[in-house]
Amino acid sequence: MLKLILNRILVAIPTLLLVSVIVFTLQKILPGDPVLTLAGEERDPVVLQYLRDKYHLDDPLPVQYGAWVMQVIQGDLGKSLRTDVPVTTLIAQKLPVTLQLASMAMLFALLIGIPAGIIAAVRKGTYIEMGANMVALSGMSVPGFWLGILLIMLVSVQWQLLPASGYVPPGQDLWLSLKTMVMPAFVLSTAIAAYLMRHTRSSMLEALSADYVRTARAKGVSPRGVVLHHALRNALMPIVTLVTLLFGELLAGAVLTEQVFTIPGFGKLMVDAVFNRDYAVVQGVVLVVAVGFIFMNLLADVLYVLVNPRLRHA
Amino acid sequence: MKRITSVLFGAVLATCAASAFSQNLRIGLQEDPDVLDPHRARTYVGRIVFTSLCDKLIDISTDLKFVPQLAKSWSFSPDNKVLTFTLRDDVLFHDGSKFDAAAAKANLERAIQLPDSLRKSELSSVQSVEAPNPTTLVLNLKQPDATLLAQLTDRAGMMLSPKTFDAKDVAAVGRAPVCSGPYKFVERVQNDRIVLEKFDQYYNSKDFSFKRVTFLPIPDSTVRLSNLQSGGLDLIERVNPTDAPQVKKDAKLAFLPIAGLGFQQIIFNIDNGPLAKDNPFKDKRVRHAFELSVDRQAINDVVGEGIFEPAQQPFSKASPFYSEKFPVTKRDVVKAKALLKDAGQTNPKVELIFGNNTTEASIAQLIQAMAAEAGFEVSLRPTEFAAMQKEAASGNFQFMLIGWSGRVDPDGNIHQFVTCKGALNDGRYCNPQVDQLLNDARVLTDVDKRRAVYDQAQTILQDELPEMYVYYQPWPFAATKKVQGFKPYPDGMIRLQGVTLAP
Repeated sequence: MLKLILNRILVAIPTLLLVSVIVFTLQKILPGDPVLTLAGEERDPVVLQYLRDKYHLDDPLPVQYGAWVMQVIQGDLGKSLRTDVPVTTLIAQKLPVTLQLASMAMLFALLIGIPAGIIAAVRKGTYIEMGANMVALSGMSVPGFWLGILLIMLVSVQWQLLPASGYVPPGQDLWLSLKTMVMPAFVLSTAIAAYLMRHTRSSMLEALSADYVRTARAKGVSPRGVVLHHALRNALMPIVTLVTLLFGELLAGAVLTEQVFTIPGFGKLMVDAVFNRDYAVVQGVVLVVAVGFIFMNLLADVLYVLVNPRLRHA
Repeated sequence: MKRITSVLFGAVLATCAASAFSQNLRIGLQEDPDVLDPHRARTYVGRIVFTSLCDKLIDISTDLKFVPQLAKSWSFSPDNKVLTFTLRDDVLFHDGSKFDAAAAKANLERAIQLPDSLRKSELSSVQSVEAPNPTTLVLNLKQPDATLLAQLTDRAGMMLSPKTFDAKDVAAVGRAPVCSGPYKFVERVQNDRIVLEKFDQYYNSKDFSFKRVTFLPIPDSTVRLSNLQSGGLDLIERVNPTDAPQVKKDAKLAFLPIAGLGFQQIIFNIDNGPLAKDNPFKDKRVRHAFELSVDRQAINDVVGEGIFEPAQQPFSKASPFYSEKFPVTKRDVVKAKALLKDAGQTNPKVELIFGNNTTEASIAQLIQAMAAEAGFEVSLRPTEFAAMQKEAASGNFQFMLIGWSGRVDPDGNIHQFVTCKGALNDGRYCNPQVDQLLNDARVLTDVDKRRAVYDQAQTILQDELPEMYVYYQPWPFAATKKVQGFKPYPDGMIRLQGVTLAP
């Protein structure tokens, strides 16, 4: 186990380097001049040149890249070109928001997806299963931003039940914070719940056709016990890894959902930074997300070994 | 019993009165402002925040006349090269220090000398600033400048507390701006909110009702409107024209549009880079043919829902420099076709670039259809905004649809676009006669004389048509009926004087 973790951490370093090169190069390839965007409508050539010199934008690319890597190693992710706020401050502000959104979305997805998957597996061949499959398909196909705006118009404007958009930190007002997160978390969870449902269903079907289930039934275990105690335990193993990986993806920020519901999270930060050619922010955020994703992958592998006793002695 | 009820009644009244002043006004903006430092800021929404946060030397009225704010009065010397202000003596900065001429001098010098300052070109005529006594501010100019007063009604004239100026940390000011406006800075979370709080020592604080003002950037216009409808916001800016009928029908909302100072224009690439050489629009007959093929009123009806007033010149009807001599060109496909035949280009193939949003896309498609009837084959290239700025500057376009937010002074709406070395002259149109006229207009302080010069310049420009104005940019605000006393201004700023929120 320890060997696995150490191995993964070693591999993470070249991975992060590769990610940093890719994000740096991609941004520089993008058409558009960050200084022009920074200066906006005022195009004073003296100021433009000063800004280019200040941010070393005329230096050769490898020099700019090297300077940035040196900065990062020292813990300085730079400052936003647009508002001068340090990137680390921005990340510290936005990460809890995205964590909250991702956690709630994952919770909803688990509460909806897993029971639906179990029912679909157990009631295979019936109309219930067909219905569940249809709902799953629509959950995966319906665009999140459309569903989001529809929900806002219905729930906030028509029924006046929940706030239309925005974010309140849980520390400030827990109840209001949850109210602002319900709709965006639900919208995010639809696609994931559908995905989880499909995987739970196939995983359960496989487990239910195994020999030990036949033995359990022969022993006289109740149908409920067979499903929940024996089959589910085994079926959940691949689901655990899937959930961990999906959570890693969610952390990258649900861009469209955050844009629609104006949630100041990672996704929105990234998109705005790209549109503003705010290089430092994009690079910093991508690095942090890459680290997070690598960590979630590692966690998934560790959990898989922990949850599955058969692999422990390998 | 009677005494208890009267005490209770009094308590209720007191809390009502107190709550009137402990209210929070929530304003929805289209974007998140950039750095909150008036000398380095560039966004329109930033200016909206500054309006409540930072007082400036002078302000404008709804009919674009200059009114006192931090300066009580001002006058030019007979040769128009010295501008003297008499300042108020009862103004405090949010940090408690006194505002005086020395502070004003420090601010103007920062705006001129700071390397990152985006206000340099606005104050380019200022040679030096003097503060002979605490209430007298003197600006010595290199030459007469008719645009200067207008510049001082905006960010160039905003006053920060000089105590916050730190040569080693230029960004410090933007992180926690200390000004002298009716509201002071509390906090800012990027992409989330900007919160201001009432400054009780403001010299006119009785006219401002709210304890807190919160600005919330909500980019999606549908979501912004939904927030207004569901009670999450009190006032929003830039209502999408397609949403205007919905707002007008809603009994709980008020639709408050105003014609702005800016416009949407089409710039032709006449001489910028290789794409200009084979550009059909190099011939002014083709440009005129194009103008004749477009029906501005149709754009107003179809896309603008009546708020995109057709524009033929860069000065809006609110401006004293608007001229009756240049009425809006009526659509005439027959004449357009004749002009094209004359120019030997009956079927020009041209590409239009424009910003990647639904409004501009609709306008571009409408223009494409209308111009097709005259023989133009217009292909459309929606371009992301930052990329478009680069394309414009490097001349990588044949013609483009782009907006301009507008300036109080007419020079700001024309000089940079059509003078030979103009910073925003992406089409690289160049006519030394126009340059001369526009430079002359800059130093004329008499409105009638100035208008005459602009008319002369416009006569040439309407003939050579380096750009075609499409419509005047409106500022469509919407508010709940509880918001009372809000008056939109042509510069699109939200002034909270006299605005109250009914309980």
